Amino acid sequence: MAAVMEAGTPVHVRVENKTFPAVGGRGEINVLNKVSFDVAPRSFVVLTGPSGCGKSTLLNIVAGLDPDYRGTVTFGERKPRLTFIFQTPRLLPWRTIRENLTLSLPDGDPRQANIDAMLTRVGLTEAQHAYPERTSLGMQRRAALARGFLQEPDVLLMDEPFVSLDDPTAHGLRELLTQLWSSRPTTVLFVTHDRTESVMLGTRILRLAAGSANIVADEEVRLTPVERLDRGRVLAEQKRIFQD
Amino acid sequence: MAHASTPTFSTRLAPKAGYDLPSSRVVWAVISLSALVAIWAIAASLVGSRHLPGPGMVLGVMMREAAAGTLWSNLAITLMRVTLAFTVAMLIGAAIGIVIGSHRLADRFFDSWLVLFLNLPALVIIALCYVWLGTTELTAIVAVAINKIPNVAVQMREGARSLNRDLQEMAELYNFGRWKTLRHVTIPQLAPFFAAAARSGLALVWKIVLVVEALGGHPTGVGHQIHAAFGNYDVPTILAYALAFIVVIQIVELGILQPLQTRLNKWRR
Repeated sequence: MAAVMEAGTPVHVRVENKTFPAVGGRGEINVLNKVSFDVAPRSFVVLTGPSGCGKSTLLNIVAGLDPDYRGTVTFGERKPRLTFIFQTPRLLPWRTIRENLTLSLPDGDPRQANIDAMLTRVGLTEAQHAYPERTSLGMQRRAALARGFLQEPDVLLMDEPFVSLDDPTAHGLRELLTQLWSSRPTTVLFVTHDRTESVMLGTRILRLAAGSANIVADEEVRLTPVERLDRGRVLAEQKRIFQD
Repeated sequence: MAHASTPTFSTRLAPKAGYDLPSSRVVWAVISLSALVAIWAIAASLVGSRHLPGPGMVLGVMMREAAAGTLWSNLAITLMRVTLAFTVAMLIGAAIGIVIGSHRLADRFFDSWLVLFLNLPALVIIALCYVWLGTTELTAIVAVAINKIPNVAVQMREGARSLNRDLQEMAELYNFGRWKTLRHVTIPQLAPFFAAAARSGLALVWKIVLVVEALGGHPTGVGHQIHAAFGNYDVPTILAYALAFIVVIQIVELGILQPLQTRLNKWRR
């Protein structure tokens, strides 16, 4: 385990194509076409593009949720521990926040011992015995982040985990994610349509275009961790990458 | 640390205001029931017929039957039949409902069967059960259960249809496994439907049990006593048994089913 931690886990995506049946039942829509890329171990890769460009579909394929495509997804030597953080928090509403974290790990798993520390890190110690629906959406998202990082995954997949939050809350969650990831770097594939978010979080940005269903740009983000907290630097880098 | 914003959960943990407090509900129940008894007493004294006995007379019959022990023995046997038929109907109905609610093909195939059984008059089911099975204790249970099973199945089918696929997917990705998924993901979603089916089920089952006891020619039970009293136009005995059984069912409803439902819903905001 420790050795794998050192090396990290790469992701190799080779999707020949992925189609959906067209609405109305006639023919098929090509969602992804010849999408190939490699994700370096412990890099934070952001998949971005307009809605409907197939980025969520791609993430579901990598997660193994959608086996119906032509191509391969491989992860280096051994089977990695994959964790998914969803667009909605997907907490069990009839279990408290703490119970949601406990249940996400097997009974008696050594990682259960990290729950208290994790609750402190995401600022949910006080709210841990509340039912999710009695907390704010921001708190539910923090619980979802905590649940994801508690897994200590080799590959972490995130599908727009910060949508429908107000700006300050979303910004706070991005900082929290950056802290969690810096203290335990893991291979991340992060889907978002928010350009600023992609620059702030990613070490590399893959842009998918609407319609063409493939990658149109592949850019390194040239920012230090400190520069990522500087709104001006982030916007300048965003301008360079997206030319907007 | 922008995430250290003020927690908003604490205010929402406070008990819901504006709802009836249990004590005020009890007060209202006492007031309205007293009014009903008063109207009954006045009507009985105005009519002055032995076919409309007053509350005092009915209470007297109830005391007499209780002292003789017949009230208790008949209540006990009827309650036992209700419990057995209710349990059988809930288990079988829930199983059928969950299976057809989660398998589209089964749903399509059995939907018209359900409609048929839902609309089959209780009297027909009871009559056929006694013709086919004879007058036995089992017949009473089976006849009542068959009457109730379609209702339970329909309610549980709704529950199974509305199972949340997002949570199911989450449970798979976080390796919950079968048992943990059932206990923490599936059952909590079905529980409210089960509780609703149980509450409406109890009301239906106890009424049908009385009819079955009367029609099936059983020598015991509240239904039998009422049937015998009906033969003599003995209205005080009919009312005494009916009221006694209503009290028993209300104790079950208020003491077991309602608290259970409240418990199941405590996580809702």
